[in-house]
Amino acid sequence: HYAMKVKVLSRNPDDYVRETKLDIQRVPRNYDPSLHPFEVTREYTRALNATKLERVFAKPFLASLDGHRDGVNCMAKHPKSLSTILSGSCDGELKLWNLTKRECVRTLQAHEGFVRGVVVRFCGSSFFTIGDDKNIKQWKMETPGYGEEEEPINTILGKSVFTSIDHHHKDAVFVTSGQQVDIWDEQRTSPIRSFSWGVDSINCVRFNPVETELLASCASDRSIVLYDMREAAPLKKVIMTMRSNTLCWNPMEAYHFTCCNEDYNLYTYDMRYLDKPYTVHMDHVSAVLDVDYSPTGQEFVSASFDKSIRIFPKDGGHSREVYHTKRMQHVICIKWSSDNKYILSGSDEMNIRLWKANAAEKLGMLAPREKAAVNYNQKLKEKFQHHPQIRRIARHRHLPKAVYSQVKEIRIMKEARSRKERNVRKHAKPGSMPVVTEKEKHVVTVVK
Amino acid sequence: MAKSKTTRKKGKVTKMTSATVVVQGTEDDEEELHQALTEDVISASEDEGGSDDERKHCRLLEAISSLGGKTRKKLTERSEASIQVSEFTVNAEGEGDKINLSDLIGTLDKAPTALTATKKQLKNLEHNHTALDTPLTRKETEQIQRVVAFEKTSKEVSRWQSVVVQNQKAEQLVFPLNQEPSGPKRMEHVVSGWKAQTPLEQEIFNLLHVNQQPLHNPVLTQNEEATMKAMSLEEAKIRRAELQKVRALQSYYEAKARREKKIKSKTYHRVQKKVMRKEYLKRFDEMVKTDPAAALEELKKMELSRMKERMSLKHQNSGKWARSKAIMAKYDDGARKAMQQQLEVNKDLTMKLVIPTNEEDEDEVAEALPDFVNDAEPILDPINPWMRGKLSTEPAAQEESNCLVPPAAGPGDVKAGDGPDLLREEEEQVEETEEEAILRGFEERRKLRRAKDAVEVAPVVMEESEEMPTGKKAEMVTIESSDDDDEVVEISEFTSLYRGLVKDHVEPPVEPPRAGADPCVSQGEGPALLEEGLVRVRTLEDMELLGQDVSACEPAPQTTQTLSTEQTEPQSATKQADGKRKRKKMIDPNEVLTKEAKVIKVPFAPTAVEDVEDTDEQRFIIKEAFAGDDVISDFLKDKKKQESAGMPKVVDLTLPGWGEWGGGGLQPSRSKRKRFRIKVAPPPPRKDQKLLNVILSEKRNSSVAAHQVSQVMFPFTNPAQFERTIRAPVGHTWNTGNAVQKITAPKIVTQLGAIIEPISREELVKGENQAVTGKSNLRSDQGPQQKRRSQQKKKHKHKKN
Repeated sequence: HYAMKVKVLSRNPDDYVRETKLDIQRVPRNYDPSLHPFEVTREYTRALNATKLERVFAKPFLASLDGHRDGVNCMAKHPKSLSTILSGSCDGELKLWNLTKRECVRTLQAHEGFVRGVVVRFCGSSFFTIGDDKNIKQWKMETPGYGEEEEPINTILGKSVFTSIDHHHKDAVFVTSGQQVDIWDEQRTSPIRSFSWGVDSINCVRFNPVETELLASCASDRSIVLYDMREAAPLKKVIMTMRSNTLCWNPMEAYHFTCCNEDYNLYTYDMRYLDKPYTVHMDHVSAVLDVDYSPTGQEFVSASFDKSIRIFPKDGGHSREVYHTKRMQHVICIKWSSDNKYILSGSDEMNIRLWKANAAEKLGMLAPREKAAVNYNQKLKEKFQHHPQIRRIARHRHLPKAVYSQVKEIRIMKEARSRKERNVRKHAKPGSMPVVTEKEKHVVTVVK
Repeated sequence: MAKSKTTRKKGKVTKMTSATVVVQGTEDDEEELHQALTEDVISASEDEGGSDDERKHCRLLEAISSLGGKTRKKLTERSEASIQVSEFTVNAEGEGDKINLSDLIGTLDKAPTALTATKKQLKNLEHNHTALDTPLTRKETEQIQRVVAFEKTSKEVSRWQSVVVQNQKAEQLVFPLNQEPSGPKRMEHVVSGWKAQTPLEQEIFNLLHVNQQPLHNPVLTQNEEATMKAMSLEEAKIRRAELQKVRALQSYYEAKARREKKIKSKTYHRVQKKVMRKEYLKRFDEMVKTDPAAALEELKKMELSRMKERMSLKHQNSGKWARSKAIMAKYDDGARKAMQQQLEVNKDLTMKLVIPTNEEDEDEVAEALPDFVNDAEPILDPINPWMRGKLSTEPAAQEESNCLVPPAAGPGDVKAGDGPDLLREEEEQVEETEEEAILRGFEERRKLRRAKDAVEVAPVVMEESEEMPTGKKAEMVTIESSDDDDEVVEISEFTSLYRGLVKDHVEPPVEPPRAGADPCVSQGEGPALLEEGLVRVRTLEDMELLGQDVSACEPAPQTTQTLSTEQTEPQSATKQADGKRKRKKMIDPNEVLTKEAKVIKVPFAPTAVEDVEDTDEQRFIIKEAFAGDDVISDFLKDKKKQESAGMPKVVDLTLPGWGEWGGGGLQPSRSKRKRFRIKVAPPPPRKDQKLLNVILSEKRNSSVAAHQVSQVMFPFTNPAQFERTIRAPVGHTWNTGNAVQKITAPKIVTQLGAIIEPISREELVKGENQAVTGKSNLRSDQGPQQKRRSQQKKKHKHKKN
């Protein structure tokens, strides 16, 4: 009659047993920091690995859409459909593309000569094109049925060549530029209002997507002019040292716009203070031809004559990314897709290229754990971004030789100039040579 | 414009010159005077004259050339803008003259009536100043238009500023911005696209239709919808939090009021009332300065209340208490006194006053009275007015009595008399105010001390003699005998109080004896006592005062001690020490500190220079403070330590028991130990080997340095800030799941396959609303890292507990 007592360790199974076998194993942890003396070092290693992996997976190029028989001159996003884009080429041909299938769904001979601009109406039911033949044409978005002729809905014969077109974001109003800025009602064949200030031709005109009555244009007399559709006269003009090619408004910040300039730089302006740009974005090594904002308004992408595409943060002076391929020539036009995921570039060598906006991003749906891992890695990279090794790896990019050498050359030139300026200042009468900042350097004057 | 001005001026000039010419012709005497007057003009006129000559010359030349037969017309070159010369070399007479409107019709001679009428009209028009200015040029108008338009537009655009800034600061932005609100959707929305298709559905639909069932049963009523629209969830939350806070505060306040109301202590209420009254008076004074009208109103009110008081029968000796006192008054002196006082109060109150007195004051006194009367027994302790726990009504008289009446009883008697007294008092006033408690405490302590002085010195010395080497420091012992730490503090408090008393003592004749004066004094003393910190330093003066105090109170005990025979010896000791007392009370460090202090030899600075005495002193003090530190030897030691730490150590890999017997007390053989002892080659010589005053650390690892941040990067201002961000881990290894989720939340979240529209004006309205409420919809400002830190702190606390 011995009742032996045996003491055993007992644990509550709830603490360690999974509910289903698909669950993750439970790992009880003690989060007391004193028990984890190496937390920083471990995280550093993780950050380093994450950075390396990011570079490993950075493969931004997705597809090339070929089919044009001349250089792609203009592109337009569909406001309601992510998978549709339109592109016009230098031989007057216009193509509609399905991005998911990566194929052309419709081709039409829109103009004789260049298709200078294409824009989709805000509802997505029709689009407008302009060409070197001085025509404005409105087309239906739907493909004509069997036996129907491919014909524009409307055609307006202009007096002079139009250089660009943009559509109002809410009303049935569009704007063209050429010798002057014309605002058209869709129902009329003559402009309801015309703005002109000076005699030079205007390259580009864009509606503000937020304050929809505002417009901005850049002209070949190196000026950027602001307009308000409701006013009788233009608002203000800023003249820069070199010509701006195109501009784009920030879709999230009503008063910011960015223009791309012939002097290799991009300038972000606050439209209220035109006397100097808000930020100067430098990195391109040749004229910048086109710019488009991401729909989140945090970044923008620029296309350049130096055969590369760069992505800039909206307030950063230097690009965070550069895309290029061997076969891509001068990039004429660029668009950032409305879901903030892709970038489309149209270039001289007749191709449209599809890129990822984040080079190392995994596309498609992510499992929750994957998402958590991505977020964690992102946070780690951000946290340790100033550490030299991590920064070196994160910033490393391969460049075409021409661009690489050009970058070096430009750097040397800049240094030489600044050195000279410094020396001159040193030997000048004190105060006679005021220091001009980089921002102020590029603005000649503001005209009221 | 400028041109026309000059021409006009020149016209004037010519006129003037002509005038001067006339003058020259007629009166030569006044020429000089005129010249003086028009000095500046004359030079110009001379020029004109010169040009005239030139022109004449030209004309002459022309005439000569025309004589030649050829009638060639030659245009002279117009070199100067002048009124005399037109473009066609025609002399324009009177160009600078002002043209009147009537001049325009001067050539019309016919129809003179119409002409005069027109002339009249024109004259009127001339006098009329409402004529419009000439319009600006087109260029100028356009510029003005542009400036105005730009200002208007930029103002309009600036409304976005708050939204933009908010988005920049936001911890997280979720796109697309205008997402459908989560929550119950309205039935109509869900059902709108649906149609009964299958036969079963159609059957059910028909049934419902026949029975007139409501097919569209809205989930939300109209009111609910309206409320949903009126306020967003965030706003509602904010509002609720505000309301909660207000409610909590209100409940606190209510609870406090209730608590205060429950307090039975009259003293408390009296003090409270007094404070209120003071505040009220202060306010009244201010009001008199700022708003005399309102002050007058207040005054009237006060008067009214006083009148009411007069009308009521309070203080008329008709109350219960008064009647009982009236009975007692025959036998009890105190009762009689109280009665008298009451009568006085009544008299005061019912007297018609020109200046209204504060009714609360009287009321308060009346309330205070019963307490006073209740303890009105004959004063037992003649020496000390503090002994009664309360101050008497006539301090001066009592002081006199104290002085006059010789004490009849000895110290023991005093004690015996005091004991029950105190007890009774305690019974009566359980809820005394703090001041009174303190006062009484002092008094007790003082009594105790005095008794000790007189009686109990020897036993205390006996007790304390273990700690103290000698018994001759009797006074010191008495001070420090009680073990309480706060004894010292209380003594100091007492001394300060005593000082106050001494002052009173000095000037009693100046102060007229008045009823209720002493409570005031005690109350006045109260705050001063409270203001004294716990750690008041006992100064020499304090000690002196204490000594005075003792000596002032000395005679009475001395006389009593003559009666008591047993304590003669300590008494004599005190007498002896009377002169030296002050010094004796100082604590002698030699007595307290058993360990001998190191004697420090400090080289004295040369004393010759008088000016630098201060600095010398400073240096002296510093030297004295650091005299014990030998920095150089410390440094050398440090260096040696570092060197020895850097030397490689012999590694002993001997395993006992391998190849031989092992166990307790057995050492491995020497040969084995030799074999397995590994000597490491000495490291390269240290870099600071020859540098005597330098330690060069050789710990720096170049391979690690490549990974280290060498400078403080932009958003950070100092290394500590940067290190703090690095120190906080973000991974799930060190954080809870929720914390990790919050910390690692991405800055921008987009939805897969959703089109992100540009920001719309509705956001602007929302943003403005939020700017008003001062909250962001995106995330609170407290970052997750901070939260984590606070969590950790909590954890630490928990562990400590």
